[in-house]
Amino acid sequence: MTVLSGRDLPRDGEDLQGAALHGRLERTWGDAPGLWGWLTTTDHKRIGKRYIVTALVFLMLGGLLALAMRLQLARPESGLISPDRYNQLFTMHGTTMMFLFAVPVMEAMAIYLVPLMIGTRNISFPRLNAFSYYMYLAGGTLLWVAFVLNIGPDAGWFAYVPLSGPEFSPGKRTDIWAQMITFTEVAALAVAVELVATILKQRAPGMTLARMPLFVWGVLVTAFMVIFSMPSVALASGMLIADRLVGTQFYNQYEHGDPLLWQHLFWFFGHPEVYIIFVPGAGFVSQITETFCRRPVFAYPAMVLALVTIGLLAFGVWVHHMFATGLPRMGYSFYTAATMAVAIPSGIQIFCWIATIWDGRPRFQVPLLYVVAFIVTFVIGGLSGVMQASVPIDLQVHDTYFIVAHFHYVLIGGAVFPLLGAITYWFPKITGRMMGEGLGKTSFWMIFLGFQVAFFPMHLLGMWGMPRRVYTYPTGMGWDEMNMLATLGSFVVALAVLLFVVNAVHSLLRGAVAGPNPWDAPTLEWATPSPPPQYNFAHIPVVASRTPLWDNRHHLPVVTGLRVDDRELLLTTVMEARPDLREASPLPSIWPLWAAISTTCLFISSIFTPWAVLVGAFPVAAALTAWFWPKSPPSPEPVIE
Amino acid sequence: MTLPPRFTEDVRALPTHAFGHRSLTWWGVVAFFLIEGTAFALAIGSYFFLEGLEENWPPDPWQPPGLLWGTLFTLVILVSEIPNTIVKRAAERHDLATVRRYMLVLLPFFALLLLFRALEFTTLNVLWTDNAYGSIIWALLFLHLTHILTDIADSLVLTALIFTRHGGENRRIVDVAENAMYWRFVWLTWLPIYALIYWVPRWVA
Repeated sequence: MTVLSGRDLPRDGEDLQGAALHGRLERTWGDAPGLWGWLTTTDHKRIGKRYIVTALVFLMLGGLLALAMRLQLARPESGLISPDRYNQLFTMHGTTMMFLFAVPVMEAMAIYLVPLMIGTRNISFPRLNAFSYYMYLAGGTLLWVAFVLNIGPDAGWFAYVPLSGPEFSPGKRTDIWAQMITFTEVAALAVAVELVATILKQRAPGMTLARMPLFVWGVLVTAFMVIFSMPSVALASGMLIADRLVGTQFYNQYEHGDPLLWQHLFWFFGHPEVYIIFVPGAGFVSQITETFCRRPVFAYPAMVLALVTIGLLAFGVWVHHMFATGLPRMGYSFYTAATMAVAIPSGIQIFCWIATIWDGRPRFQVPLLYVVAFIVTFVIGGLSGVMQASVPIDLQVHDTYFIVAHFHYVLIGGAVFPLLGAITYWFPKITGRMMGEGLGKTSFWMIFLGFQVAFFPMHLLGMWGMPRRVYTYPTGMGWDEMNMLATLGSFVVALAVLLFVVNAVHSLLRGAVAGPNPWDAPTLEWATPSPPPQYNFAHIPVVASRTPLWDNRHHLPVVTGLRVDDRELLLTTVMEARPDLREASPLPSIWPLWAAISTTCLFISSIFTPWAVLVGAFPVAAALTAWFWPKSPPSPEPVIE
Repeated sequence: MTLPPRFTEDVRALPTHAFGHRSLTWWGVVAFFLIEGTAFALAIGSYFFLEGLEENWPPDPWQPPGLLWGTLFTLVILVSEIPNTIVKRAAERHDLATVRRYMLVLLPFFALLLLFRALEFTTLNVLWTDNAYGSIIWALLFLHLTHILTDIADSLVLTALIFTRHGGENRRIVDVAENAMYWRFVWLTWLPIYALIYWVPRWVA
């Protein structure tokens, strides 16, 4: 092998900077033009944007289903929607929002933002990232095509057996649901692995764990929660498919199985899932609060400990979803205590944000308004959650609209409000243009107030006894006015979301041009141009504090010496982020797409015959082999050993 | 305008590969351990959940699985750790000739393991359709089958690759070391599953 000396290879540094460096890096990191480049890209920003847009499309679709349900429930004894269609609507709504919108959109934001926030050039395992997107897209498409063909799942988003089992759900509806789970699990787990490796190994020199932005901490905790929780639903839905397709008896109580096994496995995933959605939202809130209050977030160590504690407690509370199934006394006490304990780290975070606003110099622009809406709404939802930790109250309100009110308060309040704030906040970084402030404020107030009108009445409906998942209700129950009010509120929210989209599209075309750091924010993603070039940073930045851009007003300290003729990344040590290795980042490739196509064929055909698993494994193996097989001649590296 | 750079340190002297926790590959492999380990742990939890519902395990009148093939499988996979360790250590000292030789030595082990695994399915004394006990026994064995199949397929591709001109590249040598680490995970996860399939039904009967 030829061994070149270090001097023979072009590297960034004092001799190569500015426009000349930009040209070299563009050639090295650029994608092929046109469709081929689109299909083969490994750029975390391109894939991240795709992921975000796709997830937002699913949000719109899920929202349309919600509007259809609200129309049906606006009046008693309405005949607008049949019971069967209604079952599909609420199943599709929950499934779409949880599996196709909430988790993917949070991971998508992390895919785009984390490499920029920690000062690296690409995400780790970028081909896996491309593969993950295609799998996600295929899973979502499968579900929605089935719905359009009137074979959408109808057993609820948590698909309880025996209702979802072979006896009570014949046909393919539940199989499609379960296989959609497999697609989205593969996608979510792949992204979690990438994010853990990226965050632990690719941080800018000097960015110790104690200097990471709080959003990055949130993403790290979330990624570990994904890793430990998603195998549970994959296993559960695998067993469900096996019960339905090859005659296993896992959930069949007549053959030594048990339907409660499903509930345990599902909620061992399902409860952490809620925090998988909330914790990145808390990360958005921290970044926005810091920037718009012009001071670091109050009590950073307490915030980090709170995030980690929430991540741990997430795995100790799943049984509170099963209080109504009957438990031993000790079980009730333990899970009540564990559930109430979640209020402690959540409360610490809330007080720290309030302290940051109180002690800072807040600018109440749209992103910070969403933070305020988040605090108000999430606290209400959190309090109704603590109420349900009490078993007698839980048994009273179980399966009523009180629960629907509670989880929309925590999920929309805890994740969607921060997300809308985050989109407004990072829109200039992603697109290079600012979102309109006037239209932004209008849609903010409509969303915030419309939400309260739509969901607060559901608390009352639940306490008055209205059950969830009923396609209609009789007159004379006293539920008519509150249902009408909720429907009116939901249409205000829908109109506001439409305004948000109009604002985004208009701003994309005509918005004010943003500089690299229009909000005077302190974190590294604002040290690159907006939108960032494909290589993210001309030189890898060096960090000496939690707020590097506030502490370096005139110059950005950087390291030099990475090769510019190859896609080279700087790896740093896990704790202290000391420079450790230079490692090449994979080139664009079409094989992740082929691997995703062959895996899609395997998953979908396995709904119809178990032999598909055997036959379909060969194209998958072939695509993966081609993916990993080196295509370029052996590289002259190592240069210096 | 972005801030002008202030040059501090030059990193050109850093190496381009390393073994263990310094490499990205290692973190990727470890994250997959966590995912697969969690799936196995939950499958084991499901086993005990179902077992806890029963008076007898296996439920009457079923018999525990025959011991022969599963035990042979266990012995062979444990012995395979010897060539596996030789491969891993050779990779870490860049001894390509030894890596090539012992990756070939592993091939007959793979063949024997697949043969014994196939025979294991014939002596479980229960079908997956009979009852939930049969379902979970088959599921555990099937899960571990997919585990060894993926690692054997991966090892075969890597063995082919290591004999090409790419074999001497540092990246491939790191891949070999991490693949050897993965094989350890494969046999470590097998040990509790072996106990659950073959011995727990005898101990609690």
